[in-house]
Amino acid sequence: MTKTMSGIAASNGIAIAKAFRLENPVLNVDKRTVSDIDSELERMTSALEKSIAELEVIQKKTAETISDKEAAIFGAHLLVLSDPELVGPITERITTDHVNAEFALQETTDMFISMFEAMDNDYMKERAADIRDVRKRVLAHLLGVTIQSPSMISDEVIIIAEDLTPSDTVQLNAQFVKGFITDIGGRTSHSAILARTLEIPAVVGAKTAMADIQNGMTVIVDGLDGTILIDPEDSVIEEYQNKQAAYDEQKTEWAKMKNEATVSSDGQAVEIGANIGTPKDIAGVLDNGGEAIGLYRTEFLYMGRDQFPTEDEQVEAYASVLKGMEGKPTVVRTLDIGGDKELSYLDLPKELNPFLGLRAIRLCLEMPDMFRTQLRALLRASVHGNLKIMFPMIATLDEFREAKALLVEEKAKLQAKGIEVSESIEVGIMVEIPSTAVMADTFAKEVDFFSIGTNDLIQYTMAADRMNESVSYLYQPFNPAILRLVKMVIDASHREGKWTGMCGEMAGDEIAIPILLGLGLDEFSMSASSILKARSQISKLSKAEMAQHTDRILALSTSQEVEDYVTNLSNN
Amino acid sequence: MVEKQFTITDEAGMHARPASALVGAVSKFKSDITIEHKGKKVNLKSILGVMSLGVPSGSVVTIAADGEDENEAIEKAAAVMQSEGISTP
Repeated sequence: MTKTMSGIAASNGIAIAKAFRLENPVLNVDKRTVSDIDSELERMTSALEKSIAELEVIQKKTAETISDKEAAIFGAHLLVLSDPELVGPITERITTDHVNAEFALQETTDMFISMFEAMDNDYMKERAADIRDVRKRVLAHLLGVTIQSPSMISDEVIIIAEDLTPSDTVQLNAQFVKGFITDIGGRTSHSAILARTLEIPAVVGAKTAMADIQNGMTVIVDGLDGTILIDPEDSVIEEYQNKQAAYDEQKTEWAKMKNEATVSSDGQAVEIGANIGTPKDIAGVLDNGGEAIGLYRTEFLYMGRDQFPTEDEQVEAYASVLKGMEGKPTVVRTLDIGGDKELSYLDLPKELNPFLGLRAIRLCLEMPDMFRTQLRALLRASVHGNLKIMFPMIATLDEFREAKALLVEEKAKLQAKGIEVSESIEVGIMVEIPSTAVMADTFAKEVDFFSIGTNDLIQYTMAADRMNESVSYLYQPFNPAILRLVKMVIDASHREGKWTGMCGEMAGDEIAIPILLGLGLDEFSMSASSILKARSQISKLSKAEMAQHTDRILALSTSQEVEDYVTNLSNN
Repeated sequence: MVEKQFTITDEAGMHARPASALVGAVSKFKSDITIEHKGKKVNLKSILGVMSLGVPSGSVVTIAADGEDENEAIEKAAAVMQSEGISTP
């Protein structure tokens, strides 16, 4: 009997496969006295050997599918498992104290964990987490509990999880992971964004998937409308196979537009760019006919590692993106960390309201050395393409001036050393704080461009945490309040001969696109997988006609009225 | 017994990747091999020991080997430190 659930459609496409639950096991350790020392030692050795075998596979797979660098961490874990300073004391405890293997392991590793945590160095403190990770693996073997790693998956599956961390998602292999369902999260959570980048169908915020779906059940994920079907009957499977085929066919039609410019039916050109997180994403952008990078999120370069990337590493990453884009505009956003994005090696004080706290440009201006390193790296890479630098979370003109002054200083220093720097780097800002949207006319005199970050702009305008599902009804991209702010920004930029882009989720939304085109948005930046669909849609819209509608749309009262208005337009 | 001093030049100090390379490389030698920093001496065949030293950039460490293959062990350690870019020769 087919059971239906629904969640938030996070990434387009349909997947049909067996469920694979990714669980966090509970590992309780009790102290026991053992009489058979030899068999206890044998249990310990066997658990270590199994852990080693498992890590060797994970290490190899990570090296093959991700990179040697990502795999190196598992090399360190392997060394811990054969460390004489770990294995020696464990053996001794079992032999002399007659305790069980689990307890001996726990006590010995606790000693190292507290030793690392007491160190006066954030990097070393973090190593305690590695020991915990290794211990978890060995304990699971001792207790007979299975720990899964996404990289171990070698059948076609749909992953079911409470949530996926960025490090889980790094291990997802699109060859086997056909889709995923998470119980928490929204359309803009990291796992959702990654799903769109990898073009894996996904539904998030399903709430009860872990409760209702067991390993091996057949599951259909419809990432187009957020439907999940469990144990579907054959007729349902057939229906969805047809839907999948129709979707693939539509994708083929869009693919024909890959090498076309984006032009409205009345001949007005706009630019469609892509949002990316790493240089690896460039291939997907070019495959989908991206005309630009509207947002390169540099924070991924800083995440999933144990120390800051060096200046040279950053130059390499930025240069490879710029070269990959072959002279097409590339907007690089400087580090946007804080809020929900943390760095393990940067020990920031806990804040009550992280989204309103020390994050993004605020943090960069607070830590100028870290910021200057990134700016130097960008400047050095600038000769490889068409670089535009964008500062995130700007709330006041003073912040922009301060950030730009640092950039100008670093540029002068590099040039004084004879290092070549591009002379045509545009410097702009993200507009995601209402104060900046309201003051856009003043900003427009000093910045080279705006890029509207709708996810945050909506959250800050509506005072609604976008990670909080209880207030998700307030995430209203079509609320006239948002649209009026967007209009203020676009108009302000045009009066000064500047341009405005949009890099939030809204830029790729089919209801938003007609409105944004009418408002005169110059650049639409979205997940690469949305580009062709958007280009196809714009080719059928008249910009002049939409401009006439926008006055009426902006005079509407509610989000629903706006949606209804646009839906009616496209139906007629 | 042979010993040799090294100055750690990597800006992150003796972090996990080079430490792993070093421990992995010397573990196959029969000699007892130690690394000493600020008066604390640990087994160089132990990743936990090496990491627990928390060696920061700019510090001087002494590596000592004692046993039948002590010369080869020290040479290997020096080569790895150099190839991992954490120390000047």
